[in-house]
Amino acid sequence: MEREPAAAEEPGPPGRRRRRRRRTRTVRSNLLPPPGAEDPAAGAAKGERRRRVCAQHLADNRLKTTKYTLLSFLPKNLFEQFHRLANVYFVFIALLNFVPAVNAFQPGLALAPVLFILAVTAFKDLWEDYSRHRSDHEINHLGCLVFSREENKYVNRFWKEIRVGDFVRLRCNEIIPADILLLSSSDPDGLCHIETANLDGETNLKRRQVVRGFSGLVSEFNPLTFTSVIECEKPNNDLTRFRGCIIHDNGKKAGLYKENLLLRGCTIRNTDAVVGIVIYAGHETKALLNNSGPRYKRSQLERQMNCDVLWCVLLLICMSLFSAVGHGLWVRQYQDKRSLFDVPESDGSALSPVTAAVYSFLTMIIVLQVLIPISLYVSIEIVKVCQVYFINQDMELYDEETDSQLQCRALNITEDLGQIQYIFSDKTGTLTENKMVFRRCTVSGIEYSHDANAQRLARYQEADSEEEEVVPRGGLVSQRGSIGSHQSIRMMHRTQSTKSHRRTGSRAEAKRASMLSRHTAFSSPMEKDITPDPKLLEKVSECDRCLAVARHQEHPLAHLSPELSDVFDFFIALTICNTVVVTSPDQPRQKVRVRFELKSPVKTIEDFLRRFTPSRLTSGCSSIGNLATNKSNHKSGSNFLSNLSSNSTLLRLEDKLGQSAPAIASNGYSSQAGNWAPEPTREQEPELKKEELELRYEAESPDEAALVYAAKAYNCALVDRLHDQVSVELPHLGRLTFELLHTLGFDSIRKRMSVVIRHPITDEINVYTKGADSVVMDLLLPCSSDDARGRHQKKIRSKTQNFLNMYAVEGLRTLCIAKRVLSEEEYACWLQSHLEAESSLDNREELLFQSAIRLETNLHLLGATGIEDRLQEGVPETIAKLRQAGLQIWVLTGDKQETAINIARACKLLDHEEEVITLNAESQEACAALLDQCLHYVQSRGLHSTPEKTEGKMSVGFSPLCPTPASTASNPSPSLVIDGRSLAYALEKNLEDKFLFLAKQCQSVLCCRSTPLQKSMVVKLVRSKLKAMTLAIGDGANDVSMIQVADVGVGILGQEGMQAVMASDFAVPRFRYLERLLIVHGHWCYSRLANMVLYFFYKNTMFVGLLFWFQFYCGFSASAMIDQWYLIFFNLLFSSLPQLVTGVLDKDVPAHVLLTKPQLYRSGQNMEEYRPQTFWLNMVDAAFQSLVCFFIPYLAYYNSDVDLFTWGTLITAIALFTFLLHLGIETRTWTWLNWITCGFSIILFFTVALIYNASCAACYPPSNPYWTVQTLLRDPVFYLTCLIAPVTALLPRLFFKALQGSLFPTPLQLGRQSARKCPKRLNIPKETFAQGRLEGDLRTDHSVGRTISPSASLSRDRVSQDCTSQAAWHTQQAACSPEASEEPSMVDNSVPLRDDTVLEGLSAQSPGSSTWGAAVPEGCPEESKVKSTSAGRVAPLSSLFNLPNFSSINWISSLSLVSGLGNGQAGRGVPVQAPSGRAGLKGTDHGLLLVAPSRGRS
Amino acid sequence: MTWSATARGAHQPDNTAFTQQRLPAWQPLLSASIALPLFFCAGLAFIGLGLGLYCSSNGIRELEHDYTGSSDAGNCSECAAATEGGAPPPNCSCAWYFSLPELFQGPVYLYYELTNFYQNNRRYGVSRDDAQLSGLAGALRNPTDECAPYRYSAAGLPVAPCGAIANSLFNDSFSVWHQRETGGPYVEVPLDRTGIAWWTDYHVKFRNPPLVNGSLALAFEGTAPPPNWHRPVYELSTDPNNTGFINQDFVVWMRTAALPTFRKLYARIRQGNYSAGLPRGAYLVNITYNYPVSAFGGHKLIIFSSISWMGGKNPFLGIAYLVVGSLCILMGFVMLVVYILYQDQDEDDDDDD
Repeated sequence: MEREPAAAEEPGPPGRRRRRRRRTRTVRSNLLPPPGAEDPAAGAAKGERRRRVCAQHLADNRLKTTKYTLLSFLPKNLFEQFHRLANVYFVFIALLNFVPAVNAFQPGLALAPVLFILAVTAFKDLWEDYSRHRSDHEINHLGCLVFSREENKYVNRFWKEIRVGDFVRLRCNEIIPADILLLSSSDPDGLCHIETANLDGETNLKRRQVVRGFSGLVSEFNPLTFTSVIECEKPNNDLTRFRGCIIHDNGKKAGLYKENLLLRGCTIRNTDAVVGIVIYAGHETKALLNNSGPRYKRSQLERQMNCDVLWCVLLLICMSLFSAVGHGLWVRQYQDKRSLFDVPESDGSALSPVTAAVYSFLTMIIVLQVLIPISLYVSIEIVKVCQVYFINQDMELYDEETDSQLQCRALNITEDLGQIQYIFSDKTGTLTENKMVFRRCTVSGIEYSHDANAQRLARYQEADSEEEEVVPRGGLVSQRGSIGSHQSIRMMHRTQSTKSHRRTGSRAEAKRASMLSRHTAFSSPMEKDITPDPKLLEKVSECDRCLAVARHQEHPLAHLSPELSDVFDFFIALTICNTVVVTSPDQPRQKVRVRFELKSPVKTIEDFLRRFTPSRLTSGCSSIGNLATNKSNHKSGSNFLSNLSSNSTLLRLEDKLGQSAPAIASNGYSSQAGNWAPEPTREQEPELKKEELELRYEAESPDEAALVYAAKAYNCALVDRLHDQVSVELPHLGRLTFELLHTLGFDSIRKRMSVVIRHPITDEINVYTKGADSVVMDLLLPCSSDDARGRHQKKIRSKTQNFLNMYAVEGLRTLCIAKRVLSEEEYACWLQSHLEAESSLDNREELLFQSAIRLETNLHLLGATGIEDRLQEGVPETIAKLRQAGLQIWVLTGDKQETAINIARACKLLDHEEEVITLNAESQEACAALLDQCLHYVQSRGLHSTPEKTEGKMSVGFSPLCPTPASTASNPSPSLVIDGRSLAYALEKNLEDKFLFLAKQCQSVLCCRSTPLQKSMVVKLVRSKLKAMTLAIGDGANDVSMIQVADVGVGILGQEGMQAVMASDFAVPRFRYLERLLIVHGHWCYSRLANMVLYFFYKNTMFVGLLFWFQFYCGFSASAMIDQWYLIFFNLLFSSLPQLVTGVLDKDVPAHVLLTKPQLYRSGQNMEEYRPQTFWLNMVDAAFQSLVCFFIPYLAYYNSDVDLFTWGTLITAIALFTFLLHLGIETRTWTWLNWITCGFSIILFFTVALIYNASCAACYPPSNPYWTVQTLLRDPVFYLTCLIAPVTALLPRLFFKALQGSLFPTPLQLGRQSARKCPKRLNIPKETFAQGRLEGDLRTDHSVGRTISPSASLSRDRVSQDCTSQAAWHTQQAACSPEASEEPSMVDNSVPLRDDTVLEGLSAQSPGSSTWGAAVPEGCPEESKVKSTSAGRVAPLSSLFNLPNFSSINWISSLSLVSGLGNGQAGRGVPVQAPSGRAGLKGTDHGLLLVAPSRGRS
Repeated sequence: MTWSATARGAHQPDNTAFTQQRLPAWQPLLSASIALPLFFCAGLAFIGLGLGLYCSSNGIRELEHDYTGSSDAGNCSECAAATEGGAPPPNCSCAWYFSLPELFQGPVYLYYELTNFYQNNRRYGVSRDDAQLSGLAGALRNPTDECAPYRYSAAGLPVAPCGAIANSLFNDSFSVWHQRETGGPYVEVPLDRTGIAWWTDYHVKFRNPPLVNGSLALAFEGTAPPPNWHRPVYELSTDPNNTGFINQDFVVWMRTAALPTFRKLYARIRQGNYSAGLPRGAYLVNITYNYPVSAFGGHKLIIFSSISWMGGKNPFLGIAYLVVGSLCILMGFVMLVVYILYQDQDEDDDDDD
């Protein structure tokens, strides 16, 4: 440990200190002497004290996840185990045995099973704790460089020795040991890249930045000179936020942000060395604070079982009470009669009946304790572990593409999988692949359909089906093994890229390729290779050429036609308006570095003023003029470069670039004359290959990468991104370097992102904005219709809007690209407020948000893109199956309505015949009214589907304008589509019941534009109100809350990191595996466990029944005829194995039948196997069987000289046979394991009995069992009773089972039957027949195979064409109003008309109407054609969030709405839940978790 | 497929029948068709077995007599009345006369039966010391707590044998006399009082304490007999192999009965003329009436019984087998009806297919 004076904690007067302690922490350098240390002695003492204080308050970096120490293990573990009520109960009973008056067994013996169970659990805990300790130790002893004052250099220390205030130096690829404030980086920009894969599995690089004021340091950072004080937040678990400030000696303050903090568990990449000061250490690091450990979920079945255990307790008490009263009476009866068998008290006095009764009660509880099975919980755990093992092992759940199998992260809710009623699914990445493929775009009102690209995608699809035939070349094979090695990656990449260029790659091959190069996020060949549209390509190169020629002139862009200039800007925006990081493929994680000397972005207003003085501007212009100089500059620069020796591929690449593209000399056109600043210590590597030039893009979200790849296909390639500059390369223009002034990142409220750049050609300040069309379209510069340009613009906008609608109909994700040119004054004005916002401490987010809103206005529309997010394989089939299985599927997505609806159509969630009720409301009242109307509609529809009735309803303004024959036809339940805003209203307390009721009537529900919080609220609502079993499936951070709320959370091992998986109970590689997981494994698990639990209850009740009946013949004296050994070990040893095997292996219906008849899943949903009545029936059967098994031996040995324990042994044997036969009836599949365990049980019982009975002649009082079994086995009556008693006991059960199996077979039995009839193969017609029959049996209202006559559907189609559900769009009123028809721009008119359109948010969309654009407004049919474009607008009110006119007001109100929903998470609207679970450093269970900023997608 | 062989994912599960849950299995489907033959077979077998059992039980002769003396006017009532007051009178004896018209087929066992005697009651059943009974000297002097209150005598001497079971030892005795022809002399029928206990009990479990100077009495010196006993344990019989803890009556008594009505073997009749059974003639059973049962409403019976392979007379098993067998047949018929109906349905299904 360091002896240096420690970090000071909370300076200042005590009063203030207390106040501040709550919010902030102050960190000083450990290297400084403590403040106020006047004389050395006092200082030392004070320092010592302070250090102690510090040690109290600030955790050191030692990791301790173990629960126990060597000493505390026993008490602590026992204490924990006794939290389980059952353990307390059993120990209580065992201890009761030590009371002589009431004991039933030998005290030591009674303790045995409890001790056994406790010991097994303790051992398991100990083992787990030990492995935790080992990994802790390993991590604590990792080394890292810490600055030491004594040695005045960085010395190697263990992680555990790091303390807050230490200076740590980290090198490339090192793991960060604590939360560290970045003070210095070897990167000249003061940047540092980290990879957070250890935390969240995201493989893309994230950028961190040196604290402001330190980045400028030229010389190496010297910790000794660090005298500033850091004030920051108390440790918290919010990974997305870090706030604080650093106070320098001179009193200057600088803000600290999330970008300055290196989080523990991340890995340093691309940066040679960084130095930082430790802010949070050990358990106070954000990563560890986020690790809440595994959850314990209790399954529904277990809850029900616990309830039944309570019933058993009640039964036990009743039996004991009954027996106690009986004994009291019996004692009183014989008390005074000097009966020879009456034993007086030990002092000779007669026992009073009351005392006797009390004693008897307690003894009975001991004797009958078997009723509450001690082994039940253990057995269930074992069975579940085995079930999990089998699920894990299932080949059909193994995904070859990702080499991942299904992961069960929760061990104790397997059976819940068989009872799911509602599935809540995310859309992106769950239903779709989350592989964004650029499909089409529109620029300046012209659409480019990219047909060739579409064909290419189709080829991938086709090839997919022939996957098996594709035998890849052997070259790939050998590389699998050595994937870690540098070379193989390079080789692989080459193979992969050449292959895909040849366009021979099938999807399967692409799969493998992506599997091999998985360390790059979001770039399968499918996404990377885009075939450009020839027309557009032509235009782009024309721009390029023109600009290359015109660039020297005064206004280069003016030479382009507006369209071409838009095209140019469009691609520039695509390329730079993102956060994509460029890496080179041959050395992953190395940034391509072509560096120009640029000033860092403006940081202060003075800086700005200095830089943008007129003289500065002119000098900028003159630099453009001085082209020749620059060119020569460059040439010399490149020569210089080639002479340099560089071992880094960065430079190699740079060099390569210079050679391959001579036109690169354009760097002179960056706003400042560039001069090379290569790093001097690099050696050159001469031999380079052309392929290595390929750049790789690492994006935070896949659509960003898709856009950048798309731009690259048009030769507009992003080649470099630094913190303050972006370089784009064009064939003719060469490299353009944009000075990056600001990046306003994406957030889900604004739904857009922007970059502010200085354009190298025009030297103007441009804002490029990319965002959801609904948002961006409302932010456009209003254009007057007076001049021609304005009209043209308007036309372009309406065209673009049309195309956007079309894209949405196709199910593409749409993004609008817009641009704004800022004048210097505007920029200066904005900058000032922005800087203020940035430096403010209190409500920084809010201010930044407002600042962003101020900037992103008056935009000029450039174009829009359509990105396809392809459906995952097998999704429609899976959804169809799941729906057949009676599961209601709700899709909760952040996407917009049309996209969501179309994806839902594509995956068969919405049928074309189905009616769609759309709920779009703008206020609470409107929502309430709409809900009422919908309810009426749905009810009337359900009751009497007379068209008149519906029509009557409709006249209220309800939107299915035509009732459509759909309601009279087979009457399918409609589907509900609701948007996020209406959902917020519908989830209010007073409306939620109505909403749920409506949703329950609907076949499927689609919630669009929903926030993560809303998602979880919906799940919670359904779970709590409908008491239904819910399953949530998702892949991204925005699904975490929903996954955690649901009964069963399923995460997709997808593209978007691990948060969802971390929070989930099960993780599947693909959505389609859900089918098998639920329908097969869920059903099996449920059925197995339900049967096992029932069997357990049966077994114990029956066993206890035997003892209870005997009480009638022993004066209720709590005497037991069954030997104590048998009583205690019967459950644990003799009868436990067969039921375990059955519980693990039994298959009521084979997998292929379950899959072909998903209806069978309903047995689990309806809890058919284990219901209260089943339980009680089971108990009655148990009582009957115990009666038989008691009275047959009773009568058979009536009036004989049989002794107590011989007779008891006979009964035990009979009970054992009965149990096994009963299990035999219940077992559906008999494998050799079943036979063996049954045989084993019998043999074990008799072996133990024989040995036990022969072992000791005078031991084991009072049963003295010596030679009983041996004698018994010689008695033929034993065999005769053993034959007749079990048979008689099981006769009724067998009879009724057989009768039921023949007369009223359950669907499950039918399923088994059909499996027997034609094993392994069910042909299609048979299947459909069976379905039909099953439907009938189930009396289900789900119509699976509805048949609609062609004529009916035709007519319906026709009608629906006529009366399309235009009313859905509340913009229609706006469109009808005169000025709206003049002004399609939504900015002005949608707001004032908001109140009028209240009731029109609802539409029940007629089936088959997919022509959204051709909507006809209700009020003004004659104008329909004119307005069709704007009528198709989607939920334009969402634009209110961002309207520039009253931006701040609206923004605040919208925030308060959101914060009303979420617990005050204003400003984010996105709940960040701490996902629990474990991610590990080195696979240990130190969960180092990270919640990335929840990213909604537009 | 070299590719699939080498590039098999590291996480790919094993493809075995066990892990894939494809173990070969017998999957019976419980329905009429499978239950039908089962019921018929079981029914037939049970009826056959039941008939055999019934016959063999009927072949057993049993002769029992309640000599409690409370109800009938037999001379035992005097003794019963005498015990009413409390302490049983010394040597009250009574007799039971009966005659056999024909040979009572042997071997004949003589039982006594007690009713309403709860030997299985918990406090009674545990009140014994097996260690003492197995002859351990330590246990002899220091009986276990369980024996209380029959652990130490009033004088403070350890009770041997201790406990309530031993204390309540059945102490009536019987002798059987046979009169060949009327008026003839009664000849005592030899009763074999050995070999009535389990071989292991007599030879292994119950042991006398080591003799002191060759005397059992000395070995038991310093112990007291149970309070109800009139003589010490070493005087239970004159036969040195049948006295002390290994007295067979005592051993039989110590094996507590399962039910409140129970029999215990008193003697076997298998010697001399009586090895084939009891010949016809008049019989007299002389009963030494000591054991008080009327106080708790119990009855004492004496039973002569012959024995078959399945033990004593008990028609129950035979009847049970017959009833269950018939039930099975009945159910079988129901199944048959169901099967016929169901089969039609089944064929319809097949037609539909």
